Amino acid sequence: MLKIENLHARVEEKEILKGINLEVKPGEVHAIMGPNGSGKSTLASVIAGREDFEVTEGNISLNGEDLGDLDPEERAHAGVFLSFQYPVEIPGVTVTNFIKAAINESRKAKGLEDMPANEMLSKFREKSSLLEIDRKFLSRSLNEGFSGGEKKRNEIFQMAMLEPKLAILDETDSGLDIDALRIVANGVNKLRGKDNAIVVITHYQRLLDYIVPDHVHVLYNGKIVKSGTKELAFELEEKGYDWIKAENE
Amino acid sequence: MDLNEKLLSSFIAFEDKVNVNDEVHEIRMAALKRFEQQGFPTKKLEAWKYTSLQSLLKKDFSIFPGSKHTLEYPTVRQYFLHETETFKIVFVDGRYSSFLSETTHDGVDVCLFSAAIEKPKYKHVVDEYFNKIADQTDALTNLNTAFANEGAYIFIPKSKAPVKPIEIVHFATGATPQILLQPRNLIVVEENAEVQIIERHQSLGAVEAFTNSVTEIFAHKNARVDYYKFQNDTMKASIVDNTFIEQHNSSEVSIHTFSLGGALVRNNLNFYQRGSHINSIMKGVTLGSERQHIDHYTLVHHTEPDCESHQDYKGIYDGRSVGVFNGKIIVDKIAQKTNAFQQNNNLLISDAATVNTKPQLEIFADDVRCSHGCTIGQLDEDALFYLQSRGIPKKEASALLMYAFANNVLESVKNAALSKRVKDMIAEKLGVKIGFDL
Ligand SMILES: Nc1ncnc2c1ncn2[C@@H]1O[C@H](COP(=O)(O)OP(=O)(O)O)[C@@H](O)[C@H]1O
Ligand SMILES: [Mg+2]
Repeated sequence: MLKIENLHARVEEKEILKGINLEVKPGEVHAIMGPNGSGKSTLASVIAGREDFEVTEGNISLNGEDLGDLDPEERAHAGVFLSFQYPVEIPGVTVTNFIKAAINESRKAKGLEDMPANEMLSKFREKSSLLEIDRKFLSRSLNEGFSGGEKKRNEIFQMAMLEPKLAILDETDSGLDIDALRIVANGVNKLRGKDNAIVVITHYQRLLDYIVPDHVHVLYNGKIVKSGTKELAFELEEKGYDWIKAENE
Repeated sequence: MDLNEKLLSSFIAFEDKVNVNDEVHEIRMAALKRFEQQGFPTKKLEAWKYTSLQSLLKKDFSIFPGSKHTLEYPTVRQYFLHETETFKIVFVDGRYSSFLSETTHDGVDVCLFSAAIEKPKYKHVVDEYFNKIADQTDALTNLNTAFANEGAYIFIPKSKAPVKPIEIVHFATGATPQILLQPRNLIVVEENAEVQIIERHQSLGAVEAFTNSVTEIFAHKNARVDYYKFQNDTMKASIVDNTFIEQHNSSEVSIHTFSLGGALVRNNLNFYQRGSHINSIMKGVTLGSERQHIDHYTLVHHTEPDCESHQDYKGIYDGRSVGVFNGKIIVDKIAQKTNAFQQNNNLLISDAATVNTKPQLEIFADDVRCSHGCTIGQLDEDALFYLQSRGIPKKEASALLMYAFANNVLESVKNAALSKRVKDMIAEKLGVKIGFDL
């Protein structure tokens, strides 16, 4: 599904990713953990195609297709979805219209007509009830004045609507209380299937109780310094990151 | 011969076509004299500091239309609000087109200025209102007055409202390749009356039209006027639009100006409040591209207590376009409790685009609420990436952010057909097809 080889990326002369290798197979869930500033969000942005980051070496492919030359929207059309650590507020664009535009632009790219209104409506119904989202919420301006938790839930709602092949969840758990966490995790787990893959970026082991990973990686200083099974997450929870830092000085 | 001389010598020919023995003509002659003294405005004038007419005035404009040109409705249907029923006052190369028009005298008068100044029936209205609020110190307004003969005449008597909106549409066909058009509109809305008007100037093909338009609007006690200016002409057309509005007690007048097309566009929008509890509303969406020059010059004069004015102009400038916004608010000493609001927000899409924005507040009362703000920014890169990462291509994502930026103004368009038309025009200008309504 996702294959990252020797990925180096920098922003304004500063190298942030320093040779990342990662392979995520269909049906798998990978967790990426690591201290603040280690490059997790940068990795997510680079996969999604943010132009601010310059890839200086290495490559990223999705199902064998090189993503290197694709614009962010083309990557989305190929099935990449990024749940943002900090979703952007866009006053004047409602949640509903934004999602409709996203769905229809993806369909257009595949040569399909706009999604019929009734199909769209029932999809909105189904996914909003899955994520326990109030209908009134959908006519609000995108992320404007949303609480941290509402923003994250809205990200996963978008994911559920767009049904990506590869979902990258960047600190989706932050800002969520335990009930919301359960609802969001349930939404994510609904996407799990033999043809989908999920990369969960998190600080805490908490989310991994609900979205159980097949593999756990530790990203530190732009590199994956340790990989293991879900037990590694428990170990990090218990011991913190100091021993990782010490090992890699 | 330069345009100035040409105009003065054309006046004699003009006099052959109109009644020279009435009061209207006296007004014309006096206006011509003022224009002669003033000449065309130059950048030396404070009000024209950012906008030069020089290159425009070098063109060899015809003052009168050449051979008569008729248009078939299907070929110009797209320029009308065909989704909804309207009255229509239509001009082709400055000449009234009865064929394309739909006027009425049923309870209200929606007809021609030329007819109104001819017929005794309307004499008292013309005497009472014509050229009463048009700015005598403004050269272009005077020039228009000197040649005032054709345009729209709309009279809505006490407590009446036309059954449908009124469209005033001017076509320039290219039968005359460079043409000066000077429409003159007179609009009187009596006590408790209402009207909705849409004005549009449209060149067909490669014609270089220069429109110098003057509109006088009188809104009496409790009257409601909703006026929409669609400025979506070709890149060869230019317009100076002078609009003067006099408002009386508890009236509400709103003017929306959508400036998308045209080489040089200058709007002089003047509100004179003559009563209390008046609301004056000015809103605009401007989309500049290429080498367009779009200038909004607004004035609102508060002369009595307890009135409001609301200005909200959104400008988006791409290419090498230039935007100007100058908003002047005068609050007289007795105009206590005035609430004057002015907002001008701009987005610069390209590095070569520029905008000059300036509020001018002259406040002599002490118990007022005046707020003004102008901003100049760029499209939010984080927002663009967010939209793109959801599969919305960059061009569409930019368009979406521009819609969102202008949304406050777009939302205030009351008529649904109009609102849709404006959004379609914007989408067309931005070269996108966004498959939904905001
Ligand atoms: N746009 C940027 N410009 C400059 N530095 C950046 C930018 N984005 C991230 N960085 C830097 O890159 C490093 C990694 O950041 P980030 O990927 O956000 O880490 P994480 O998500 O693991 O906390 C940090 O030192 C951060 O300051
Ligand atoms: Mg981060």
